[in-house]
Amino acid sequence: MNWLNAVVQGIFLGGLYALFACGLSLMFGVMRIINLAHGDISVLGAFLIWTISTQAGISPFLALVPALPVMLVAGYLLQRAVLARSLRGGVVIPLLTTFGLSIVIQNALLQIYSPDVRSLGSAAGSISTGSRRLTSQLSIPYLGVLTLATAVLVLGGLQLMLQRTGFGREMRATAQDPDTAALVGIPSASVYARATAIAVATATLAGGFLAIHSTFDAASGPTQLIFAFEAVVIGGLGSLWGTLVGGVVLGIAQTAGATINPQYSILAGHLVFLIILASPRGRAILTRSAG
Amino acid sequence: MSLLRVDRLVARHGLLQAVREVSFTVAEGEILAVVGANGAGKSTLLRTIAGAHPAAEGTITFAGADVTSVPAHRRVRDGIALVPEGRKLFAELTVEENLMVAGRRARPGDWNLESVLDAFEMLRPLRRRRAASLSGGQQQATAIARSLMTNPRLLMVDEASLGLAPVAIDAVYASLTTLTGASATLILVEQDLGRALSVAGRVLCLLEGRVALSATTAEVTREQVTSAYFGLDRGARPGAGPSLLENS
Amino acid sequence: MSEHWKVRRSDTGTRVAAASSLLLAAGLFAVPYLFQASVVQQLTSFFILLILAVMWNALAGYGGLVSVGQQAFIGFGAYTTIYLTQHGVTPYLAVVLAAGASTVLAAILSPLLLRLRGGQFAVGTWVVAETLALLVALDKGLGSGTGISLRGLNIYSPELRRAYTYWLTLAFSLLLLGLVFWLLRHRTGTALQAIRDDEEAAASLGVRTAPLKLVLFLLAGFGCGAAGALTLANTLFIQPQSIFGVQWTAYMLFMVLVGGLGSFEGPILGAIIFFTLQNQFAEQGAWYLIGLGLVAIGFALFLPRGLWSLFADRYQARLLPIGYTLESSTHQGP
Repeated sequence: MNWLNAVVQGIFLGGLYALFACGLSLMFGVMRIINLAHGDISVLGAFLIWTISTQAGISPFLALVPALPVMLVAGYLLQRAVLARSLRGGVVIPLLTTFGLSIVIQNALLQIYSPDVRSLGSAAGSISTGSRRLTSQLSIPYLGVLTLATAVLVLGGLQLMLQRTGFGREMRATAQDPDTAALVGIPSASVYARATAIAVATATLAGGFLAIHSTFDAASGPTQLIFAFEAVVIGGLGSLWGTLVGGVVLGIAQTAGATINPQYSILAGHLVFLIILASPRGRAILTRSAG
Repeated sequence: MSLLRVDRLVARHGLLQAVREVSFTVAEGEILAVVGANGAGKSTLLRTIAGAHPAAEGTITFAGADVTSVPAHRRVRDGIALVPEGRKLFAELTVEENLMVAGRRARPGDWNLESVLDAFEMLRPLRRRRAASLSGGQQQATAIARSLMTNPRLLMVDEASLGLAPVAIDAVYASLTTLTGASATLILVEQDLGRALSVAGRVLCLLEGRVALSATTAEVTREQVTSAYFGLDRGARPGAGPSLLENS
Repeated sequence: MSEHWKVRRSDTGTRVAAASSLLLAAGLFAVPYLFQASVVQQLTSFFILLILAVMWNALAGYGGLVSVGQQAFIGFGAYTTIYLTQHGVTPYLAVVLAAGASTVLAAILSPLLLRLRGGQFAVGTWVVAETLALLVALDKGLGSGTGISLRGLNIYSPELRRAYTYWLTLAFSLLLLGLVFWLLRHRTGTALQAIRDDEEAAASLGVRTAPLKLVLFLLAGFGCGAAGALTLANTLFIQPQSIFGVQWTAYMLFMVLVGGLGSFEGPILGAIIFFTLQNQFAEQGAWYLIGLGLVAIGFALFLPRGLWSLFADRYQARLLPIGYTLESSTHQGP
């Protein structure tokens, strides 16, 4: 049982989960809704990248360049056309709407792309499989480092945006009090739309990395949503950097579980999540954000 | 020509009519005090003019244009600003951020971060403090400053003195009179009749959503306002007052 | 002139509807004598869907609890039935016991889950469902990932088995409908409807929301557990991915949204509509599900109170006497 390697791999896996989670966290922070279609949107992004990559014969990393702007716009339109209306209905309606959206996206992907499992690992080239051997027990995968670095950059960028830019300030103000924000000239609909756009773009990025990292298919969305949610809760709702911590903890839980028995990996993650939820810290996290 | 013209405005909370066919005008440079008992409809009136509350009937005309259906954030760009009841600062933002976020989409004008901090000297050392950590008087000053950042033509202040110590209220009113020196048009909702009458040029008294009195402060006595405030001049008829419900 | 006001619980409409409902219930029991086995099995499936719709509506429509993980109880009910029959309990008794066990599971989970609000509750319940599915998939005794059959029902002939399963399902349906009706008719009913309309306002008026939500959560655990056990009795074979699958939530959500969230009659209407659609279109596979999802979104955005609200609002109708009506009689004074 190679625990050190498990922890290290878990940290890198955490980077991927943090990428998935930051969009979910942003939408929850600004709009107080959990987008149940978040995982499916990232899978949609993965399929988009896959399509561009295979059609144009380019690396998936390059395929991100056109894919991200497309998904940014799609997220903006999604909010303005669909989700905005649901926000007026309290807590229940946005959940029902995004769940319905999840079903539509999954089955649309199934229809267009068939149930075949795909991967972008080979298209990404040697980086997806290469690693640096440190010891006989421990190796550092290049892809893991890249994913973690990307997660840190994205999270850092988001923090910077929120704290330092006028646009970020508007987002924070609207998150706290949309009615008063309107009274000082901030158009909440547009702020929400931009938050959703960013969330969808980060989801696409995460989907791309997932596709390179392992396999995906039309039904992969819900699993990623659950992992993203677990990462957000473990790290503390409302904290962007907490999302990274949460992702890493989840990642390590899963790799540690896998070290005991490969069938235990996801289960271990769920159990850690449930334990943290039941703990006093979990209670504190949740009551703080519920207000 | 009047800057603001409110015509037979009706605003409801569910089935309850909070503002019932209120009409008045405000000329440029004027200070109007809106007084009335709790529940008389003063806050709802201001919120409806600002766009934070929908108008059920009637029209609101600002600088010649009909703004009745214009959303609140766009009315701010037209020049209407409301300092809401309870200040409603963005608690987790600093004083400076509260000001900057209001200034981002402001109309062109003299008010900007520096000039606002000049006008409200006490805020300058507090600029990096979280808004939630300020005292009541400091929060009120920040709230007024924040609305000024939008360079309004019409500034409405709802219950500026609520929950403040007398010395803080003095400071707030001192700043308001400075602003009138800068020829702003003000509508003040105020519980304190004395202060309201001392600052304003005109007074509007609301009773159960309707206008009970509208006069210049010069020509009206304190007693007249008080009796309009309590509905005394309508004669005391317990239980037979006008119904607030829709179908009356 | 003076006015007298009286509070009425029912009117002619509800009395007629209540009487006809009882007649209908009696008629339904006679179905296995009148129709062939395939019809009986279809109706069993329908009543299972009805149970699920009513339960999901109880949670979301009255408690504001959007659960995306009720399949946890559906699967638990089914697998507990398997477990019990493996240990010698007769199948139909096992079904009933499994429903009870589901209630216990709900009780165990409630301190963890009911603390969560909104979307957190939703995904939390989903995580529980996924965890249970994974745990079952690891257990060889329960068939692990490939699935398992219900033994012990082959002592009956197929017709008899279908009839017994049908009657048990019908009994559970009526019991659950009765429980929901009783909850609504009782004093808790107005409290529940207050929570449905505005939880914060209700709480500020002194409505104790926590115990009521617990009752709803336990009821839904019981009902969904029963539905899972009955599904097993109806189809005889289950697999973790499908019995614990989130598509159950999709079905429940659709039925309740289209029929009417937060009303007693809504989920019944939704179940009828969904059952009809399932029979017609389920072969279409992905397109059918896309259509379902789009319809669900449409109703969520534009008509969350569902089709029943169109009827009820127009005609001030209620099938069952659970509301209060104010009636006045005016007398001319001397």
